[in-house]
Amino acid sequence: MVLKWRKAKRGSNRYMSNNLTRRQLLAMVGAAGGASAIYQTSLAMGLMEGGETVARLDLKHVGAAKKRVVILGAGISGLIVAYELERAGYEVTIIEASRRIGGRNLTLRAGDVVDEMGQRQVCEFDDRPELFFNAGPARIPGHHRRILRYCKQLNVPLIIRSNFARNAWTHDEEHFDGKPVRMGHYIADARGFLSELLYKAVDLNRFDRPLSAEDRERLMQFARTYGDLQTDGSYKGSSRAGYDEGGFLKPAKSREPLSFEALLDSRWWRRGLTASENPDWGEPLMEVDGGMDHIVKAFAREIASPIRTDARVQAITLTGDGVDVVYNRKGERHKIGADYCFNCIPTHFMPGIPNNLPNEYREALAALKPGNFMKIGLQMKRRFWEDEGIYGGATSTNQPINTIWYPSHGIHGEKGVVLGAYAIMDQSKFWERMAPGERLRFAAECGNRIHDGYSDFIEAGVSVPWGRMNFMMGCGTQWPTDTRERYFKLLQRPAGGRHYMIGDQISYHSSWQEGACASAEFALLDLDRRVREEAGAGRA
Amino acid sequence: MRLLGAVLLATVSPAAIAEDLVIPPDELVYCTTCHGVQLMGNDVLGAPRLSGLDAWYVENQLRAFRDGLRGRHEEDVMGREMQAMAVALSDRQIRAAAEYVTKTRSVKPVRTQAGDPNDGAFFYFTCSTCHGPEGAGDAVTGGPPLTGLNDWYMIEQLRKFRTGLRGTHPDDTFGRQMKAATDILPDDRAIFDVVAYISTLTTEREQE
Repeated sequence: MVLKWRKAKRGSNRYMSNNLTRRQLLAMVGAAGGASAIYQTSLAMGLMEGGETVARLDLKHVGAAKKRVVILGAGISGLIVAYELERAGYEVTIIEASRRIGGRNLTLRAGDVVDEMGQRQVCEFDDRPELFFNAGPARIPGHHRRILRYCKQLNVPLIIRSNFARNAWTHDEEHFDGKPVRMGHYIADARGFLSELLYKAVDLNRFDRPLSAEDRERLMQFARTYGDLQTDGSYKGSSRAGYDEGGFLKPAKSREPLSFEALLDSRWWRRGLTASENPDWGEPLMEVDGGMDHIVKAFAREIASPIRTDARVQAITLTGDGVDVVYNRKGERHKIGADYCFNCIPTHFMPGIPNNLPNEYREALAALKPGNFMKIGLQMKRRFWEDEGIYGGATSTNQPINTIWYPSHGIHGEKGVVLGAYAIMDQSKFWERMAPGERLRFAAECGNRIHDGYSDFIEAGVSVPWGRMNFMMGCGTQWPTDTRERYFKLLQRPAGGRHYMIGDQISYHSSWQEGACASAEFALLDLDRRVREEAGAGRA
Repeated sequence: MRLLGAVLLATVSPAAIAEDLVIPPDELVYCTTCHGVQLMGNDVLGAPRLSGLDAWYVENQLRAFRDGLRGRHEEDVMGREMQAMAVALSDRQIRAAAEYVTKTRSVKPVRTQAGDPNDGAFFYFTCSTCHGPEGAGDAVTGGPPLTGLNDWYMIEQLRKFRTGLRGTHPDDTFGRQMKAATDILPDDRAIFDVVAYISTLTTEREQE
């Protein structure tokens, strides 16, 4: 995929055509092994442009025209719009329903409140800077150019966050006797067995069209290298699987290969083997040093316009030449008029807010369903995973926790916060039904099946089911293909030329900060075009 | 669900959010997160309109949720979501919430579901014993007002009563009464028809 994309960018569709020569295919296969890593690294080093061109926001300063803008929601997209428009001379007000700003960019530390509907929690981590939990976004890949640009511009320090480690475990209660297997072991064996099959197929010339002798030789060489095969093309284990013993004062003894049948029968290849090859999860990833919410704090430092928290929108009215917003705050009702409105309220709340947006717009908003995620953070009194040779990366399991993700920072310190569960979409419902304490006990039990004494290390924990969080009731937006085709472009455009829906929900990257940035950027450029046209018309 | 061909969107004039409308105290803002401004309801979240309900009924139901008489069935997904909200409520908070509901004002929901009101009228004759001929409700019989409820919500609840997701707890007297009453509805079509009929009703109070 990556190769295709790179070629396509250069204006050639050679690799898109069906008329592949075998030589081209071999060149592609030969290169594919390292392509993902090269791609990610180049992006991180700024050597390559991301998949879409990142616009430069050169917004026209409105000067004395003093255009008023009201922003509904102080999540990442709302903050970006405030930051950019303030710099372009607009008069900005931000209205935020919650007590805090940042939306789902939420870092929990000692004493923080988790405002879950009906069961409020307080984070009881130790009050130490390294003990925090990113309950929302937690990783930034190198091709998310927009959020990275803001991090750079606002001096938000980034560090590498490992998302994948060969020493982490893959675990399945029903396979390999329920014992965890090192990911490196699994991957080396999977590739070994696959390569052996490829080698044998080439050897027997079992292809639709015969390969030339030269091609056959190269493909067999590839199979040997890719799978670490013996000279006869058989797979007998590999040092890539890791050592059982030795390697320093005694000769290294590689791990015994898993059985091919057991491996095929297991489920990790389906569930997570290629997860770190997804560009958004591909190494190296980054995180904000000290917690993702430093992005929010940086924006808040830069933004001088009023941010009204605890302000709940009651009505949105298009007036023809502007937008009126009514909101409640501290027991009083307020009304604010503006020339433009940028709205990052979750789309699924809009049917519960009186408004006079055009019917097609309201129909679109009513058609969207919320996405969902649930995360648990656990403070561990000892960094026991380091004793198992795990430094960052994540363990994968078929249990409802899905994942145990180890911190990349604070190595060899006393304590650490691990992600103890990460439920995706409808899996979250299972956890939402439990009381917070029950969730922690359940997650601890799952962990015990992977790490000896796991539950004994847990000192405190928080669970954040986004589908039950106040003013959220979901995480991102579901966009089935037909809904996308029908409504996406409509919702990107401003209703009545005045009211923009924004946020990760109005992007192809729901639940990513980059989606929020892209959506804000799209809306800002649209506004800028309108303002410039207006100014041009005014002069003429 | 059998939807009407062209679904009309519920229109609440934003200008109707006038100065004198109630502002919820902070502890009850949670209600509006799902049930919407002025508890007008939110179809997307499956949260019904509450304004128009009587305080006695809201109190009964919040107690039922809190005490596990309602919203505890394994398959009652939405009920369980509400149950989690009510579980920590005190008697005082329940009274405050019920009073708040009666102070909210929102327009009556539009019809969204198909069904034959003429056929439904036949079934409604039995319903009227407790809910009144105009669907205005009756505290004595325990029948809540029906005319301001979302049609999709009534359909969902009738199905729950019929399949035992609601109205089976031994202490849920009115719920059990309602469950027994749903025996008059022979099939799913009858549910849509009776709800279609209820959608045509208007109470005297609403005409004021």
